[in-house]
Amino acid sequence: MTTPSGLLFAPFVEFGFLRRALIATVALATGCGPIGTLLVLRRMSLVGDALSHAVLPGVAIGFLVGGLSLVAMGTGGLVAGLVVALLSGTVTRTTAAREDASFAAFYLIFLALGVLIVSTAGSSVDLLHVLFGTILAVDDSALLTVVGITTLTLLALAAFYRPLVIECFDPEFLSSVGARGSTHHSLFLVLLVLNLVSGFQALGTLMVVGLMMLPAAAARCWARNVWSLMLVSMLVATISGYVGLLVSYHFNLPSGPSIILTAGVFYVGSVVLGAHDSIRVRYLARVHFRT
Amino acid sequence: MAAALAVLCASARADDRRVNVVASMSIIGDISRVVGGEHAVIKTLVGPDGDVHVYEPRPADVRAVAEAQLVVSNGLGLEGWIDRLIGSAGFRGKHVIASTGIRPLTVRYDDATKLAGRAHPQSPTIDPHAWQNLTNGRIYAANIAKGLIEVDPVNAGYYEANASAYDSVLGRLDTWVRSELAAVPTEKRRVITTHDAFQYYGAAYGVVFLAPVGISTASEPSAGDVASLVRQMRSEHIKALFLERISDPRLMQQLARDGGAVIIGELYSDALSAPDGPAASYVKMFEYNTSTLKRGMLEN
Repeated sequence: MTTPSGLLFAPFVEFGFLRRALIATVALATGCGPIGTLLVLRRMSLVGDALSHAVLPGVAIGFLVGGLSLVAMGTGGLVAGLVVALLSGTVTRTTAAREDASFAAFYLIFLALGVLIVSTAGSSVDLLHVLFGTILAVDDSALLTVVGITTLTLLALAAFYRPLVIECFDPEFLSSVGARGSTHHSLFLVLLVLNLVSGFQALGTLMVVGLMMLPAAAARCWARNVWSLMLVSMLVATISGYVGLLVSYHFNLPSGPSIILTAGVFYVGSVVLGAHDSIRVRYLARVHFRT
Repeated sequence: MAAALAVLCASARADDRRVNVVASMSIIGDISRVVGGEHAVIKTLVGPDGDVHVYEPRPADVRAVAEAQLVVSNGLGLEGWIDRLIGSAGFRGKHVIASTGIRPLTVRYDDATKLAGRAHPQSPTIDPHAWQNLTNGRIYAANIAKGLIEVDPVNAGYYEANASAYDSVLGRLDTWVRSELAAVPTEKRRVITTHDAFQYYGAAYGVVFLAPVGISTASEPSAGDVASLVRQMRSEHIKALFLERISDPRLMQQLARDGGAVIIGELYSDALSAPDGPAASYVKMFEYNTSTLKRGMLEN
């Protein structure tokens, strides 16, 4: 099957699990593109990875309550993630602490708590290993969850676009105009945790955090406005997902890493060849004197 | 008179000092319990329903190893963490590798070997799940008995008696497994499991096991492997799909959906069940797995 359609389309026609993987990736890309862009603008790029550890106590408590039930563990993880995000957001707003420091503090506390609970009361099962999914195992409920959360995210972003964006750049201005920056910040954090935790459960940590951050980082080299940054992120994420799945299929490589490494190639390419602030522009293009 | 006194003293000494044995996982722990009997106290590190591939030892485990006279592990690369554990505990007793003397099988396919295969064709990965062949299980029991006799020579006769009784139990079980599976025609003897843990069972008893993930639960599946598995399921009409206790069931559910298979039930591969479960001992595990497999294969 070496025809173009055989290489590019036939695998998705033949296998249901690949179709579902592709739909889930597109949904994830659409939802996470904007969120990732806002994270990069707010200098919160490492939050995603940290949150994947911070959910552990919630997952452990869910396990103690409901056994190896994905619903119990997932709900526990979601609650833990929300608590960490909102606590650190509150501390940032009410004290002089920076966002990244307070988040780091709370996620470490929660991670340690989680390890403690698992060690004293849990079994020898690696809970996060069981809870976090893989892109090839997307079932109907995971698909509905990802698509639902993406829809919710896009609606919320559309409704609160201006305050959320202004908050990235000038939070003092926002509160001086009386727009209650802290509420919008909490809303953003809730959206973030929802996207991340449901994504972890459906698709695993690497996929979600990778598709959230790499396209957003790459987009900085191509776009200048916030809306165009978001669009480029979504596009890069979608293409990475599609190409990554094909690579995983044709070359028998693990799918999560294939997708993220494809996004990585886009990122490196963007840094080197992009239209703004890239190596090409900064060091290789000749300066033209424009009148 | 003096001889009688000496015998009395010897038996008294043997009775109030039981051997502390640490077994790495529940299957080995069970075999050790049978062979050691009342003269051995067995502590198992990776308990029922545990995953020995990704286990992380705890401080209590280090203490247990430090206080033990005998440590029994599977070997063949199953317990990547055991050497460091023994080292950090300052263990000075005897370490028995239960799989000494068996004939190892190498991995048929595995993500890591495929990538590394081009670089190291001379060193393929060894499949550690040797206990799934009862002939190997008998060798395990013999090795454990030898280890116990070495650390506790006073009770050598007791351990030998236990070992030989268990050996005939396993021998009878082997015959039973073969007769049970004889009822399944050859073209139906194909099943899908979560990870590649049953190669030894398949080789010994004539069943083809296919799996989307390689021999370690820590590896991730590739779309190509899952796709070729689905294709194989469709073309060979393999309907019997089995979950394992320690893994996420969602990948198997996708395979069932795409390949037209049915999830028959659960198999016990790397760990025994809880004491009230269907696979609470090595013998019961084999009985349960064989009946479940037979039931599933007849559906093909």
